[in-house]
Amino acid sequence: MRQSLILATATRYLMPMLLLLSVFLFLRGHYLPGGGFIGGLVAAATFSLHAFAYGVKRTRQILRLHPRTYVGLGLLLALGSGLVSLTTGDPFLTGQWEALQFGALGDFDLGTPLLFDLGVYLVVIGATLAILLELEGG
Amino acid sequence: MEILLAIVIGGLFGSGIYLLLRRNPVKLVIGFALLSNAVNLLIFVCAGLTRGVPPLIPEPEIRPLAEIADPLPQALILTAIVISFAMLAFTLVLFRRTFETLGTSDLDELRTTDQ
Amino acid sequence: MNWLLVLPILIPLLCGSCALVFRSSRLVQRSLGLGGAGALLVSALILIVEVESAGIIATQLGNWPAPFGITLVADRFSAVMILLTGIIAFSTALYSLGSIEYRREKEGYYAFFNFLLMGVCGAFLTGDIFNLYVWFEVMLMASFILMALGSERLQLEGAVKYVMLNVVGSMIFLAAIGVLYGSVGTLNMADLAVHIGELDPRLATPLAMLFLVAFGIKSAIFPLFFWLPASYHTPPVAVTALFAGLLTKVGVYSMVRVFTLLFTHDVAFTHSLLVVLGGLTMVTGVLGAVAHEEFRRILSVHIVSQIGYMIMGLGLFTVAGLAGAIIYIAHNIIVKTNLFLVSGVAYRLGGTYELAGLKNLYRIAPGLSVLFVISAFSLAGMPPLSGFWAKLFIVHAGFEAGAFLVTATALGVGLLTLFSMTKIWGKAFWPENDRGAERRRERRLRSRALLYAPMIFLTALTIAMGVLAGPVYTFSLAAAQQLMDPSQYIETVLRRGP
Repeated sequence: MRQSLILATATRYLMPMLLLLSVFLFLRGHYLPGGGFIGGLVAAATFSLHAFAYGVKRTRQILRLHPRTYVGLGLLLALGSGLVSLTTGDPFLTGQWEALQFGALGDFDLGTPLLFDLGVYLVVIGATLAILLELEGG
Repeated sequence: MEILLAIVIGGLFGSGIYLLLRRNPVKLVIGFALLSNAVNLLIFVCAGLTRGVPPLIPEPEIRPLAEIADPLPQALILTAIVISFAMLAFTLVLFRRTFETLGTSDLDELRTTDQ
Repeated sequence: MNWLLVLPILIPLLCGSCALVFRSSRLVQRSLGLGGAGALLVSALILIVEVESAGIIATQLGNWPAPFGITLVADRFSAVMILLTGIIAFSTALYSLGSIEYRREKEGYYAFFNFLLMGVCGAFLTGDIFNLYVWFEVMLMASFILMALGSERLQLEGAVKYVMLNVVGSMIFLAAIGVLYGSVGTLNMADLAVHIGELDPRLATPLAMLFLVAFGIKSAIFPLFFWLPASYHTPPVAVTALFAGLLTKVGVYSMVRVFTLLFTHDVAFTHSLLVVLGGLTMVTGVLGAVAHEEFRRILSVHIVSQIGYMIMGLGLFTVAGLAGAIIYIAHNIIVKTNLFLVSGVAYRLGGTYELAGLKNLYRIAPGLSVLFVISAFSLAGMPPLSGFWAKLFIVHAGFEAGAFLVTATALGVGLLTLFSMTKIWGKAFWPENDRGAERRRERRLRSRALLYAPMIFLTALTIAMGVLAGPVYTFSLAAAQQLMDPSQYIETVLRRGP
């Protein structure tokens, strides 16, 4: 496949921004519309853009792990977030929260739903890319 | 609005089923996509249409200020969309493999396992 | 106690995810396949003991109270289905170790094996009808992949049919859920059972029919079964055995749940229809079996025929009928899986699934022949095996309910089942004077112990179910009583708090 110079150059500048956007969407999902699912889709779209510009082989290289590994890791993470409530005797998947104080930086509630969402994020990236890269041939 | 959407759903179901009955796998996939959209719209309409009041609660409040749209059907549809997306992607991969292995895109020729 | 309900879902999820992550090590993959199934079996045993002693148990996921959150609930029927899932999972996992090629293992066979189990267990345990749909899809997705894994010619052909018809079934199921939510306003099955009476009967019956079609496609009843004989004989035999044991039974389970808990407003119409469909399913299935000449195809169409008995038991809508259906499900899952496993070994020894090509298996493998005969006679309903009692209870319930025509059909179908089983015996196993057989016997079977252990285990179970018919029947009666009187189920689920 011949590379398009315009697409390749644009991708190089677009990728960091798109990935940043995906992380932003992921974190925004804590209280507002957004979340791991949309964030993961944006990230997957970014990588498929990379695949269009540079070819599937190089995309697999920058992913480092096989997409299925991302799915597995995401599932394990989501599962782990549900297991945290085992320690308090609540039913499976009950949200557990920890309030963190960072002094001048402000307060922050850290909870297992965030961990669950990160799992969703990874599963979405992995599953979408596994299918897309398979269809794009490679 | 409900009447209009009901007609749209009927049209989607009809054309989806028509496409499912064709012999070409690509049309089959398109028919499948139309059907899943029809079902999603059906859930949406059945659960009642509410316009312009998203189920979001502004910052200091803890309960909705006024009548809001029912968020549950939207959650159902979102789940259904994700599932049908995965199914659609899987059928695409399956049909590609089938085409590569069997060398035909005529579903009528897939008859060996029926006999 | 509430963790007990989550374990049958958690164990396969954990093992499946680990199998996805550690793809490179064959040993890890194989131990995750067997370990997951073994752990599932153990947790299922604990669950059934707990349900037997404590009654129906329920847990609210994420501590969201019912009917708003998702409930997991196990009554006797769910618990016994989970136990059967564990038994089949363990047997087929053992068999897979000895029969699945490295090429398939590398593509993630054990990961999807576990995900399939997760979907099946989720469907048996959930108390929420939309969640049931989601578990169905998890199960279907995994089964699609298992069916197509390896991409052989016939496999892909079968998979296309399997996938498309099941997808259509899911669409109908989803549409039915949408209409149900729109008219009743809740998705929790216990809550639905409370409020469904408010539904206009003119809407309730069409809704019931939508669910009947959706579950009918999944469980392969007449006239919606065509995908099953077209696809079940194509994947590796361990996969077929797993599917034959579990997948259609999830459809039957859902049908039992929906038609005992929700749609009991017009029993005269809906359940009579079920009885008629059950009868037709039996007949068409067994006639297909009589016509076929290939080992796995005969067994595949027999699945359809056996589904008929279960639907008939449900359609009678008496405690005795449901108890019979539950015994029948249990018996059929064990025996059918075992017969498929036998056919796999027969294929290994004879090199074909065609009955004409398989000859003299009795001389080549006497042990296998004994296992086959026990299972085949059990399927046909010979005393004292499990199939005899299962048929007896169903037929008895049929006479009690005054459904003479369908009961007579059931008896006739039993005879034809015996006929097609003896056909397999006569053509493939019957000893002849053939000197080649002695020579073929020399050909050692690879990983013999792994193939034979699950078959012996399942055969022992069908004998045990026959010998212990009394306790089994008592248990099924109790399970059927819970189904016929859903008040305890509703109360357990809707009780506030964990």
